[in-house]
Amino acid sequence: MIKNGVGREIPEYLEHIGKLVPYENAFSIMPEGNKVGSKLKRQLPHKSKLISSIKEAIKACGLKDGMTISFHHHLRNGDYIINMVMDAIASLGIKDLKLAPSSLNPCHAPLIEHIKNGVITSIETSGIREPLGTAISQGILPNPVVIRSHGGRARAIESGELKIDVAFLGVPCCDEYGNANGFYGKSAFGSLGYALVDAKYADKVVLITDNLVDYPCLPASINQSQVDYVVKVGSIGDPKGIVSGAIRFTKNPRDILIAENAVKAIEASGYFKNGFSYQTGAAGASLAVTQFLREKMINQNIKGSFALGGITSQIVQLLEEGLFKGIFDTQCFDLDAVRSIGQNPKHFEIDAATYASPFNAGCIANYLDIVMLGAMEIDTDFNVNVISGSDGIISQAAGGHQDTAAGAKMSVVLAPLIRARIPIIVDKVTTVVTPGETVDVIVTDYGIAVNPRRQDLIDRFKEAKLKLYDIEELKEIAEKITGTPERIKFKDKIIGVVQYRDGSVIDVLREVDDA
Amino acid sequence: MEIKKIGRAGTVESNDISIVIEPSDKKDIEVELQSAVLKQFGRHIKALIIDTLQSKGVKSAYVKAVDKGAIDCVIKARTLTALYRAAESEEYVWEE
Repeated sequence: MIKNGVGREIPEYLEHIGKLVPYENAFSIMPEGNKVGSKLKRQLPHKSKLISSIKEAIKACGLKDGMTISFHHHLRNGDYIINMVMDAIASLGIKDLKLAPSSLNPCHAPLIEHIKNGVITSIETSGIREPLGTAISQGILPNPVVIRSHGGRARAIESGELKIDVAFLGVPCCDEYGNANGFYGKSAFGSLGYALVDAKYADKVVLITDNLVDYPCLPASINQSQVDYVVKVGSIGDPKGIVSGAIRFTKNPRDILIAENAVKAIEASGYFKNGFSYQTGAAGASLAVTQFLREKMINQNIKGSFALGGITSQIVQLLEEGLFKGIFDTQCFDLDAVRSIGQNPKHFEIDAATYASPFNAGCIANYLDIVMLGAMEIDTDFNVNVISGSDGIISQAAGGHQDTAAGAKMSVVLAPLIRARIPIIVDKVTTVVTPGETVDVIVTDYGIAVNPRRQDLIDRFKEAKLKLYDIEELKEIAEKITGTPERIKFKDKIIGVVQYRDGSVIDVLREVDDA
Repeated sequence: MEIKKIGRAGTVESNDISIVIEPSDKKDIEVELQSAVLKQFGRHIKALIIDTLQSKGVKSAYVKAVDKGAIDCVIKARTLTALYRAAESEEYVWEE
C-alpha cells in the first residue's frame, strides 16, 4: 500500500486491473506516446450496412468472450439500448465481457442478472446508480470497477488504456449508411458528446436507431466512415426518461438560499466581468444560480464568452438573449437544449475529449472561469465525494467534476450543510473523487468557506464583506444539529478504483460490511 | 403511561419520521426501525425512541418507525405525540 496525494492507501497492484499509479497532484502526470486508433477496414462500394437485428449485428461484429463493449448514456434513465444489447449477447452465450458505458442509470438494473450469469465480469464507467450500485458495493462483480470522469474516460480511450472492441450506440436520427445525429426524431436527446469518442476509437461501431431517415442524415455528428452496421428497432428509449421538459426554476427555499450565497461569491470573485465563462449542472441550486446570474448580467451589462457542459434551458436563454456568445455542449439536459443545438450554430456539439480530456492540446474545461459543482460529501481538506453515499454505497457519478474543478479559475461546490440528517462536511469523505487542491469555494445554506490555498479569493470576499466560515466551523455547525454519524464498516476487499482524470488512482472502493 | 390503542404521528416526508405505537403483549418496548440513515444513526434513533417512551413511564409497547432523516428534536416530538394519542392522554408536557 502507498499513501497517495490525498492521503488514501492505494495498493501497488490489483488483480484484473494491473499496476496502479497513485495520485500525486492535479497536474503531476505527463503523458507519453501517441493516440491509438480504430482498425483500418474496407467496405466495398454500395454494400448496405443495414442489418436485421441487434443479434445479427453482434454476430457480424464477431463479438467474443472477454471483449470490451461500450455504450453512451445520452438516453439517461430512458435508455433501452444497454438492456436490449445485453439480452441479445446473453442469448448468444457470450461471456466474460467488459462493459464500458459512459455512465449507468437506475434503468440498468437488469445488468445485475447478467453479472450473476457471468456475461459481464468487468465494468468501467463514470457513474453507477441504484440498484446496481448496491449490488456492486456488496461485491457482486468478479473484477473491480473502474470509475473515471468524463474527461478521464475520453483520455483512457484515446490513449488505448480502454480499448473498445464494439460500440453499440443509440441514435435518434440516422441513415442506412451510418450518418447520425442526436438532434431530431422521437427519441432526440441533443448532443452526442460522449458517444463521439466511442464512434471514433472502437474497432466496430453499431448504430441502433428508431428513426431511419433518407440518406444523407445531416448534420452527421457521427459519420459513415466510422460505422460498420446500422440496426433499426422500434424504440431506443422511453422519452419520459431521456430528457425532461424545460427544467423548472426551483421553489425550494434552501436551494434558493444556497444559490443567493453562490451568486454573491461569483460577484465578489473578480471573475464576473465581460468575457467570463461558466458551467453549471441541472440540480436545483445550480439552476437558481444561473437564473440569478442572468439578472446580474443584465443589470450590470456584463456579457459572457461561453457556457460549457450539460446544457439546460436556462443556459439556452442566456445564449438567445445575447448574454453569452456561444455554448459548448456535451450533453443536453432538457428539450429546450435539444431544440437549440439542432438549430443554432453557436450552440456547438463537442465530444468528451474536447470537453475535458487532460491529455490533448487543450480541452475546453481548461478555459473555464467559473464552475458550479455538487457534492455528496466534502471534507475539511476540501476533497469531494460524488460517487458513493455516506453509507458507502456507489450511487452517483464522477461526471465532469474532476475535470472542471481542475480546469476552472474558480470551482464552487454547492451543497446543503445537512441532507436528511447526514452532515455533508465531514473529517474524511467516504471516497475521494475530486482532490481538495482543485476545489476553491464551498457554498452552503449556512455560509461560505474558501480553500485556504486561495488567499486571493479570501481577500476579495472579505473586501466585499461576505461572511466567511472556516470549513471546520461549518462541520461543527452541521454535527451539532445531526449528531456524529457512526462510522461505516467496510470489508478489506477492494471492489473498485476511482481514477483521477489523468489515470492515477485517487481512491479505492471497498465492499460494504452489512453484518 | 399505558398504551391503549394505536397512536400515530409524523410523515414519511424527507427529514421527518413516522411513528406508530401499538399495544404489545411483551413486557418491553420493541422498536422496528426503517431509516434512510440506518447505518449511521440506526442504533441512536432506536435508543432515543425507547428513552423518550420510558421517560413517560411506558413499559410495554410495539413501535414501528419509518425515518427519512429526522433530527433528534423531531424524533422526540413525533414519539411523544404518537404516545399521547396511543395512551388517549391530553395531559401534554412538552417541556422538561
